[in-house]
Amino acid sequence: MAMLAFLDKSHTIAKPGYSRWLIPPAALCVHLCIGQAYAFSVFNLPMTKLLGITTWAPGDWKLTQLGWIFSLAIFFLGASAALFGRWVEEGGPRRAMFTAALCWSGGFLVSAFGVSIHNLWVIYLGYGVLGGFGLGIGYISPVSTLIKWFPDRPGMATGMAIMGFGGGAFIASPLSVWLMGKFSGPAHIGVAETFLVLGLVYFCFMMVGAAIVRLPPPGWQPAGWTPPVQPKKLVTSNDVYVYKALKTPQFWLIWWVLCLNVTAGIGVLGQASAMSQEMFHGRISAVAAAGFVGLMSLFNMGGRFAWASLSDWIGRKNTYFCFFVIGAVLYALVPQMGELRSVAGFVLCFLVIISMYGGGFSTVPAYLKDMFGTRYVGAIHGLLLTAWSMAGIFGPVLVNYIRQYNVEHGVPKADAYNTTMYIMAFLLVIGFVCNWLVKAVDRRHHMAAQERAEAVA
Amino acid sequence: MATEEGGGNAVKLVLAWLFVGIPLAWGVWNTLMNALLLFK
Repeated sequence: MAMLAFLDKSHTIAKPGYSRWLIPPAALCVHLCIGQAYAFSVFNLPMTKLLGITTWAPGDWKLTQLGWIFSLAIFFLGASAALFGRWVEEGGPRRAMFTAALCWSGGFLVSAFGVSIHNLWVIYLGYGVLGGFGLGIGYISPVSTLIKWFPDRPGMATGMAIMGFGGGAFIASPLSVWLMGKFSGPAHIGVAETFLVLGLVYFCFMMVGAAIVRLPPPGWQPAGWTPPVQPKKLVTSNDVYVYKALKTPQFWLIWWVLCLNVTAGIGVLGQASAMSQEMFHGRISAVAAAGFVGLMSLFNMGGRFAWASLSDWIGRKNTYFCFFVIGAVLYALVPQMGELRSVAGFVLCFLVIISMYGGGFSTVPAYLKDMFGTRYVGAIHGLLLTAWSMAGIFGPVLVNYIRQYNVEHGVPKADAYNTTMYIMAFLLVIGFVCNWLVKAVDRRHHMAAQERAEAVA
Repeated sequence: MATEEGGGNAVKLVLAWLFVGIPLAWGVWNTLMNALLLFK
């Protein structure tokens, strides 16, 4: 019971002397762990050889079957963020982080069992469903807390946490390879043991975050900071109830803004290695392509912090205008870079594009806070993440199927991506229009003073 | 209501940032080393 009381929102209120700069590391404890999802592919090949050990054997799983593990996890990320957003908001960050830790590490432990009995359905249930819940709840758990502690720099604060989600793969990927090497032998591949260790390590790491996270006392403000007397046109000091936000055009416009920005980035992120080798056949080797993918991951992570921090200065709407204008121009330039055989130009285009893909994720919580207030921003953010799930389908489908169609119709492989690049540029133009249409939320959607008082109580 | 921002416990702050910073820096370093292959 004492443990459960420790999770209560009332036990999470910061005492005098607590520094708000402890909140970003608390958030990073969670996001660095769940960011492992981006590195799950390191397990794909070893998991196709669990029986055959050195090569695929009858009874071993196929890559197509294993691909569903990641897809399920991302699907349940969006679904759980949407379903549990309000629960996370009302129960406080510690309970949410603890639940996320249980689900995420539980997903690994169940999957370890699935690998040991060689049952793929158990892994779907473990990493895909249970782990997916951990991803969704963990992703949104620190967002509104960060915004409440950093009303003066909400973009930078959420950027730091969401940067962790991009950076988690950097740690997980080499760590997983190292662990598998330690646990593997001539007649055994150590995937189950690696899952077991990762599950336990991630649980401990995430619990550190849950232990140090705190909510600011009611009415707290940073020393020396006062809310602007005349707030900006697109920044509200009112709150909108989570389900009322769904009835506003602003929610759906921002939903499309995120969906289109992510669609443009996610497709090329997954195909970067193959695309670079096909567009620059003979000039970019498989090893160099792997380096390109690594560089893109770094810009994906860095962009999350840099663009979200910049949005505190130039505003969220202008930041998204940058994404859409610069992104559309760069996508349109990619085929020219291919024609000119300019590897440097090609790499530069995609590094900027991918930084804006990451920036889209980290800027959106602050955008929502500006439009709907801080009270339910975490829950509204959770609902908005369904745009990510949709983009996760649109993006790769656009890139893969159009390329396939082109190749089958005689287009040289080096030019097979050109149509997709122009389509991506067009999608970003639509995103620009959606962003342009975003105006301040109508007053009738704001919570009345009494509702706000009841919500706080 | 504006209240004082806590000065915080400096040791706690340093430890918390090191706790997340060291693994992240290790991961970034690893990735950077791999990324350099693009220019070789």
